[in-house]
Amino acid sequence: MKTLTHLQRLEAESIHILREVVANSDNPVMLYSVGKDSAVMLHLAKKAFFPSPPPFPLLHVDTTWKFQAMYQLRQKAADDAGMQLLVHQNPEALAKAINPFDHGALHTDMWKTEGLKQALDKHRFDVAFGGARRDEEKSRAKERVFSFRSANHQWDPKNQRPELWKLYNARKAKGESIRVFPLSNWTELDIWQYIHLQSIEIVPLYFAAPRPTVERDGLLLMVDDERFPLRDGEVPVERSIRFRTLGCYPLTGAVESQATSLPQIIQEMLLTTTSERQGRAIDKDAGASMEKKKQEGYF
Amino acid sequence: MTDAPIYQTDALISQDIDAYLQAHQHKTMLRFITCGSVDDGKSTLIGRLLYDSKMIFEDQLAALEADSQKLGTQGQQIDFALLVDGLAAEREQGITIDVAYRFFATEKRKFIVADTPGHEQYTRNMVTGASTADLAIILIDARKGILTQTRRHSYLAHLIGIKKIVLAINKMDLVDYDAARFAEICAAYQDFASSIGIEAFTAIPISGLAGDNITHASARTPWYDGPTLLSHLEDVELDQTQAADKPFRMPVQWVNRPNLDFRGFSGQIASGSISQGDMVRIVPSGKTTKVARIVTMDGDLPMAVAGQSVTLTFDDEIDCSRGDVIAIADAPPMVADQFESTLVWMDEAALLPGRNYIMKIGTQSVEACVQSLKYQINVNNTEHLAVKTLALNDIGVVEIATTRPIVFEAYGDNRDLGGFILIDKMTHATIAAGMLHFSLRRAQNVHWQATDIDRQAHAAQKNQTPRVLWFTGLSGSGKSTIANALEKRLYQDGQHSFLLDGDNVRHGLNKDLGFTDAARVENIRRVGEVAKLMTDAGLIVLTAFISPFQAEREMVRNMLPEGEFIEIFVDTPLAVAEQRDVKGLYKKARAGELKNFTGIDSPYEAPSAPEIHIDTRTTSVEQAVDDIMAWLAKN
Repeated sequence: MKTLTHLQRLEAESIHILREVVANSDNPVMLYSVGKDSAVMLHLAKKAFFPSPPPFPLLHVDTTWKFQAMYQLRQKAADDAGMQLLVHQNPEALAKAINPFDHGALHTDMWKTEGLKQALDKHRFDVAFGGARRDEEKSRAKERVFSFRSANHQWDPKNQRPELWKLYNARKAKGESIRVFPLSNWTELDIWQYIHLQSIEIVPLYFAAPRPTVERDGLLLMVDDERFPLRDGEVPVERSIRFRTLGCYPLTGAVESQATSLPQIIQEMLLTTTSERQGRAIDKDAGASMEKKKQEGYF
Repeated sequence: MTDAPIYQTDALISQDIDAYLQAHQHKTMLRFITCGSVDDGKSTLIGRLLYDSKMIFEDQLAALEADSQKLGTQGQQIDFALLVDGLAAEREQGITIDVAYRFFATEKRKFIVADTPGHEQYTRNMVTGASTADLAIILIDARKGILTQTRRHSYLAHLIGIKKIVLAINKMDLVDYDAARFAEICAAYQDFASSIGIEAFTAIPISGLAGDNITHASARTPWYDGPTLLSHLEDVELDQTQAADKPFRMPVQWVNRPNLDFRGFSGQIASGSISQGDMVRIVPSGKTTKVARIVTMDGDLPMAVAGQSVTLTFDDEIDCSRGDVIAIADAPPMVADQFESTLVWMDEAALLPGRNYIMKIGTQSVEACVQSLKYQINVNNTEHLAVKTLALNDIGVVEIATTRPIVFEAYGDNRDLGGFILIDKMTHATIAAGMLHFSLRRAQNVHWQATDIDRQAHAAQKNQTPRVLWFTGLSGSGKSTIANALEKRLYQDGQHSFLLDGDNVRHGLNKDLGFTDAARVENIRRVGEVAKLMTDAGLIVLTAFISPFQAEREMVRNMLPEGEFIEIFVDTPLAVAEQRDVKGLYKKARAGELKNFTGIDSPYEAPSAPEIHIDTRTTSVEQAVDDIMAWLAKN
């Protein structure tokens, strides 16, 4: 057993990162989106500090538009880990009833980008763990594991700290913060494989089941609750679908699928011909939209 | 335009996913770096590896095709380079500005590629990317042969300790797959490689554009019987495997203490292996104990190896905390405080020898300063140059000292315990990366000579508390005037004092120093040492130096026992000092006759929390002396 497998190495690296943060920061938090990457990150946190519970809270930046199944798993996951769950909803977005049907890009801006900034400021968190991976998107490929943010939460891609070996520089001035990505070197396949091997609980929406759907603007959307405004002529149709990523349900496209087990999901993923973010409306704007969002403070 | 992807056995995936997963689960991981400029076809090669391994999906390919029409340099063909040139700013300028990481997998391995750009910032980026790599691919354009940049890339890869070098001789299609050309380049590289200490390399003739010898052995190079690039990457031995054979070391990251019954020490094993019952030594304390358990959430392990993150518990209640290294008892690592080291400078602000920076090495953080800069290395021809400082992207060999002893191993033996970064104390930026080579004997052999009449005896004889009253402020702010008046008062009171004046010291002790930032740092360091000796002799020392940098004032503060350094900020705004211009220096500086004049073309960092603050616009010299005497009486 002298040579570790790739998953053992990724796991050990992530655990090292999680521990470095705890040893070097005053008030860390883990951003928890209830998705599969969050599930893996949370699982790694449990491992890093076992037998202690992870010594930081979970934070869900809620938009009120997540899938019902996600809300059902949220508290249970926190309880299982012995961690406190904090939920933040941007009060301004709540007051203005910002929603993805009427407000387009403003929905993401206010609920997610602004909501996240508010939550971090309110609790004075100095380090926030996020589940982003470098294989997801081009601008992520260049981001550091420890990604430094100004007091205004801005990311400056041209002024990143060099990151050598496994030496992470966690020093910062008052008011500045750091986003840390323990899953930086994981790929989508690694995530699924690890969930499979470690039997990590994930939201059932990742598995295929008959669900009410409508086809709209090239996306297959699930009618998750009564707030979904049906257009003229639209009638929900029951299809066997599942999701490759989970976000706000009106913005997340499903795929038609019969995959009801993890091996089947992985099988479909390996044989598929489109990338996982393809189901996300947010990435489809101008060429480098994610980079722009990140400079503004999006996770 | 390309062969069908061959890495992922689609048949196995569709017919027996469980068998596929079983195989995938046992893959190993190789991290490598590609070195070369855009002209060498580096991005094209990486793009092809991603494409052939099906890491590019249809939607990305569609975007790529659209981009290729708009921005590409390959006419109507797909420009693979666009796949890996990430950020919008870079795409507009046609350059890559940073390190990007790419992922692909074959049936045997997962690969992480560090992709670094090939222009001015190269040294910093390449060293960063190479620091985590097992292997480096040096790309050469077969038409051009070995260039200055080939030598630079090879030198840097060797410097950072990469032992597996692949010489990918690219664009073979453009030299008609000529065996003689390939042999000629190999021979030339062999001569160069030996001269810088590279013991072995693997040369492969390829074409990134045409796909020769990347994944398939090419029919167009029948004279070549070595591995394809990919099969070499799949089979090469991993550094991690070698690390497992070395003596056990684990830097402690975190002490795990959920309740009174459990005390575990968490870390990632840097080298060797550990089993339950092994005797270990905690370094630097030197205490030994026995490993009771190797704790993980998946259950206790009988043994663990290099690369694993674990938590150890011991048989005894032994002192151990973050920064300590747990080592096998009979072969512990060394402890020292002075080293010879290679330093790669990574910041816009140049190295200041004598200034204290924060050194992070393993899980230890200490203050460290460069005591002497032996030489700079020209990365293009490995010549040694005599220099006073290191600027961005410079590499030098230095003597570096830490404020307390640290646990270390030579970088060549252990990257985790020999590689370090330096962090600026004010900006918090990572400003340098370094590699420790060996400890300097001086630190071990020059011991402090204990004397019978110690500093307490000297102070008691004079019946006073020794202190350093450190006056700082702009030129002409009134430091010397106030210090002088204060010393007269102390003398009248029967106190034993001495005034060190900036101008006077520069006539003797510091005659050799100028006014550059580096010289100012050294000036203050020497004055600090002299002041410290005088306090050892029991004196009250007054110093009147501009001492413009917070870092050096802090350095002197840290040299002295707690409470003996009294920072007195003589606060005179620049306009006021310039108006007084007692010595006529501001006029000269404004006229450009004096360079590096504080306040004019050299910065002054005001103290953030001085013990005593004197605003000279509202305070007379007499009043200032009264205030300081009152403060001293109280503290």
